[in-house]
Amino acid sequence: MAASEDYPEGLKYHREHDWARIEGDEATLGVTWFAQDALGELVHFEAPAEGGSTSKDASYGEVESVKAVSDVIAPLSGEILEVNQKVVDAPETVNEDPYGDGWLVRIRLADPAEVDALLDVDAYKQHLAEQ
Amino acid sequence: MVPFAGWEMPVQYEGVIPEHKAVRTDAGVFDVSHMGQFHVEGPTAHELLQSLLSNDLDKIGDGEAQYTLLTNERGGIVDDLIAYRIDAHHYLVVVNAGNREAAYAWMKEREIRGSEIRDASDEYALLAVQGPRSLERLGLAEEKPFTHAMGELDGVEVMVNRTGYTGELGVELMCPSEDAATLWDAIVARGVAPAGLGARDTLRLEVCYPLHGNDITPETDAISAGLGWTCALDKEFSGVDELRRVKEAGPEQKLVAFVMEEKAIPRNGMPVVGGGHVTSGTHSPMLDKGIGMGYVPAASASAGTELRIDVRGNERRATVVPKPIYKREER
Repeated sequence: MAASEDYPEGLKYHREHDWARIEGDEATLGVTWFAQDALGELVHFEAPAEGGSTSKDASYGEVESVKAVSDVIAPLSGEILEVNQKVVDAPETVNEDPYGDGWLVRIRLADPAEVDALLDVDAYKQHLAEQ
Repeated sequence: MVPFAGWEMPVQYEGVIPEHKAVRTDAGVFDVSHMGQFHVEGPTAHELLQSLLSNDLDKIGDGEAQYTLLTNERGGIVDDLIAYRIDAHHYLVVVNAGNREAAYAWMKEREIRGSEIRDASDEYALLAVQGPRSLERLGLAEEKPFTHAMGELDGVEVMVNRTGYTGELGVELMCPSEDAATLWDAIVARGVAPAGLGARDTLRLEVCYPLHGNDITPETDAISAGLGWTCALDKEFSGVDELRRVKEAGPEQKLVAFVMEEKAIPRNGMPVVGGGHVTSGTHSPMLDKGIGMGYVPAASASAGTELRIDVRGNERRATVVPKPIYKREER
């Protein structure tokens, strides 16, 4: 079942419809409800390699639905500590739970100051309203 | 909604995957009114079509239909279409929306004395009802595939065509445009799931029906595309000499079906390593894998051959498989 529209408080958001949950010098990354809804049911996650890196504002993977492919943009730079194997095996997990079981990667932040440039939930909702 | 050949078309209603599965397990309805309908009428209608179309119309009688190709002088495919024989002096041909103008112009230019081609596309709506339970839901008896008859559904007069683009049992119902909404509502009220263009594409690709513009084009020939069965090479029609030559020499490339062996979704235009390219690709909802069709060198075209597809810079393994990729279980 697809999740209903939601943008949790406490997450940081990127304009390209990605979220980050900051935990000390680590962060968990994923795509927002808006992104998964726009794509439709996901059938493939082209995941990066663990040990690789993300670069702020650059693509670190791809998500695909039956009809469309989309780059996943990194909201923050860092080292990829873990890829969510559950999403690799069952990409529809992102549709079912985009902020929970549908997270994509966990990273160690290269530059924690980058967090300041991200949007809070109100700013992201404002950004969505302007789309 | 997305624009498609000048029409606003629904890509999906509930979602591509549930719609796809509804058609494979029960019944779905597609609005394919964008397709073009031409009447070809007159004492020489049969003669005209025999000279323009690749298949042999002498094989069908009144009330029957035939899948066939409109070919150019080079043996390329102007369009693939279904010709419905009303009688010897009247055929209805149903063409692809994107080719409506090209096909009409092509045929109109070659009209002969005693036959007239008329584009009646705007007068008709076409609803395809497909799936193992489609006839049961419509209260229709099963008839031979590729036949047609006039009928009525819930008060709407329809031409009932035993044709489709999904590999499933089903009909395509043609009615006057003004009755389209009534007919659609009646079909949906009978428990048939609305299905969009997205599912139409995944369904046809699982059963390897070619899509004109992707898998077959004016630059590709029927023999290389595996459509030699639609070409009566013993009769004369546009491009037949070239098709005979390709058949004699053997095609250099062949349109094959393949299944991905690694997690990846092939897409139109991706290169095949070692030569060739993907013409159609998607995620198969029934196999839960990437599937596709594409042209590869003839030496790589037999079932079981391993291919490598260049998926945006990453090589992914695939295997050539017999067509169709998905075969419906015997009912």
